[in-house]
Amino acid sequence: MMRLFFSNMLRRVLTLLAVVAGGAHAGAAAAPAHPPQDTASIEARIETGRYLSLAANCAGCHTVPEAERFAGGTPMPTRFGTLYGPNITPSRDHGIGKWTADDFWNALHNGKSPDGTPLYPAFPYPQYTRMTRADSDALYAYLMSQPASDTPSRPHELRFPYNQRWLLTLWRAMYFGPGVMEADPGRDELWNRGRYLVEGPGHCAACHTPRNQWAANDPRKNLQGAGMMDTPWYATSLTGNAEGLANWSADDIAELLRTGGSRQGTAAGPMAAIVSGSTQYLTDTDRNAVAAYLKSLPAGPARRPVPAPSEAAMMVGGRLYEQHCVLCHQAEGEGSPPAWPPLAGNTSVLAASANNVVQMILKGGYAPVTADNPRPHGMPPFHALSDSDIASLATFIRNSWGNAAGAVSAHHVTSLR
Amino acid sequence: MIRRKPSASPSSLSRLDRLTGALRNALVFLAVCFPWALEAEPAQGLAPDTMRARVAACTHCHGADGRAGPDGFYPRIAGKPAGYLLAQLISFRDGGRSYEPMRHLLEGLPDDYLKEIARYFADRRLPYSEPALTMLPPAMRETGQMLARTGDAARGLPACAACHGSSFSGMEPDIPGLLGLPRDYLSAQLGSWRTGLRQAVKPDCMAEVAGLLTPEEIAAVSAWLASRPVGEPYAAAPAGSFSLPIECGSISTSAHGQP
Repeated sequence: MMRLFFSNMLRRVLTLLAVVAGGAHAGAAAAPAHPPQDTASIEARIETGRYLSLAANCAGCHTVPEAERFAGGTPMPTRFGTLYGPNITPSRDHGIGKWTADDFWNALHNGKSPDGTPLYPAFPYPQYTRMTRADSDALYAYLMSQPASDTPSRPHELRFPYNQRWLLTLWRAMYFGPGVMEADPGRDELWNRGRYLVEGPGHCAACHTPRNQWAANDPRKNLQGAGMMDTPWYATSLTGNAEGLANWSADDIAELLRTGGSRQGTAAGPMAAIVSGSTQYLTDTDRNAVAAYLKSLPAGPARRPVPAPSEAAMMVGGRLYEQHCVLCHQAEGEGSPPAWPPLAGNTSVLAASANNVVQMILKGGYAPVTADNPRPHGMPPFHALSDSDIASLATFIRNSWGNAAGAVSAHHVTSLR
Repeated sequence: MIRRKPSASPSSLSRLDRLTGALRNALVFLAVCFPWALEAEPAQGLAPDTMRARVAACTHCHGADGRAGPDGFYPRIAGKPAGYLLAQLISFRDGGRSYEPMRHLLEGLPDDYLKEIARYFADRRLPYSEPALTMLPPAMRETGQMLARTGDAARGLPACAACHGSSFSGMEPDIPGLLGLPRDYLSAQLGSWRTGLRQAVKPDCMAEVAGLLTPEEIAAVSAWLASRPVGEPYAAAPAGSFSLPIECGSISTSAHGQP
């Protein structure tokens, strides 16, 4: 155990040295700031910026529901403490009113404040760095056109040593390099647009790519599915494996992004908020682009086969399914989409982690509200069932109708209550 | 609404018989005013895209059509005034009432949809069963009845009946009826108001009232209300039927007698 720890540490220090030695290039390459492009009219640029603010879901972290837009204060609880999205309105005292377009680009592209202080990567600049300067300027123009709010940004509440911002210099040296995403000339425009949206403003990797203990995304496992750090939710694989998007058509993907559901499944938990706050506002072309790019991702590694669950758990689970679930999700787990999602072949059901299934049983929830589905159907919470019953039910759902995702323990359920 | 199951108890059967005619009239009225409330549904199963299907997330705990859960914890929501139900839904969603399963369930649902859900349950007119609790110690019964019917002017404590009506059936659109609810639910609400766990729009009249009650009085008035049989027809009085003795932020201003 200790040995493993030290070898890990050693590897990290070596990586760090390597990056620092060869890595001055990253800062140097990013230094020349391009002047803002003036070709587009102001209005068109603001409109582009408004659209990008939705694609990037800025409000998700910078707006408290029912409060002033972009005035910040949204908590993001993490293992390091709680971060609060800051005020990004044009207020000169409390927002980003004193920032220039260059300052804004420096934040988005380099992850730094105007005074050079490194930003916490809870602000997803490892993804935003791929955005173009023109898009950064458009987003800046839009934010500057919004009403200023004099709500002060709430200071982060991070524990020592994470409240020492200078440590981010080390983190950045190891895990961050700025760079705009260049188009791949071997692919068509749709694919390139999709890749840009997914890997840049959409920052899908922030949830769908595994992070290490220092919260850095692992680029080798891009979009392969991940337990969302410090939340009970699992962001499913977006690659082409069975528990990813193998059985989803591009249309299924685009439909979920538009309405919140498709014949394959329904967005829940944090993804429901992303659909209602962001992807429902994308153009059809952009949703198709995202779908085309995701469908092109190679399958991540297949899961190792898991042991079959006990007959007793399957029997108890089957009885509970008959009693509580069959009315909506149907006898063969086929559901009644789009009202109620299928459970057979459902990516959230097949995921490596049983968290989503257990969460849904425990807490229920409504599908996201979207323009195309303003009165969604919902699922009741089954928190009155015992941990052991919920474990049996989840086990049954994960191992019936062709699903083979393994057993769920009562202890697992307890940990999610 | 149509497919009501008659209760097994003989006394409520006879009551049901008497009600049949009134019910038929009510159904015709409803069919004219709210045709969507009488969507055809298969005898078995749950047809998607009906309101009944949309509120399946509610009726798992609150009972079929909102008639109350079986365990005395989840209150009846059927037939409560729509304004009151909507205020509760918004309050659960936004934190005025603290119950995590309700908050999670309602997260992100817009007011318009909540209004439709509130209307749906307000329109469920279901018969009431006999109170589970009938025998109270005389002292408790006396205290409970006094608080419910006359209040205590010396302490500035209005009677329940002063706002909830002399038959405790509430008033449209914001004041709920108090009968047909479990004792534990009633005392939990009064206790929550007293401690600030449940809050309504300021001025929070129920917080003021509950703040004047002792724990013993909360127990007595909850028990007394829970022991009262529900006299049919039991429906909230029309809006503006009477004026309220105290200022309540949760009530539309027109309902207040005094400025």
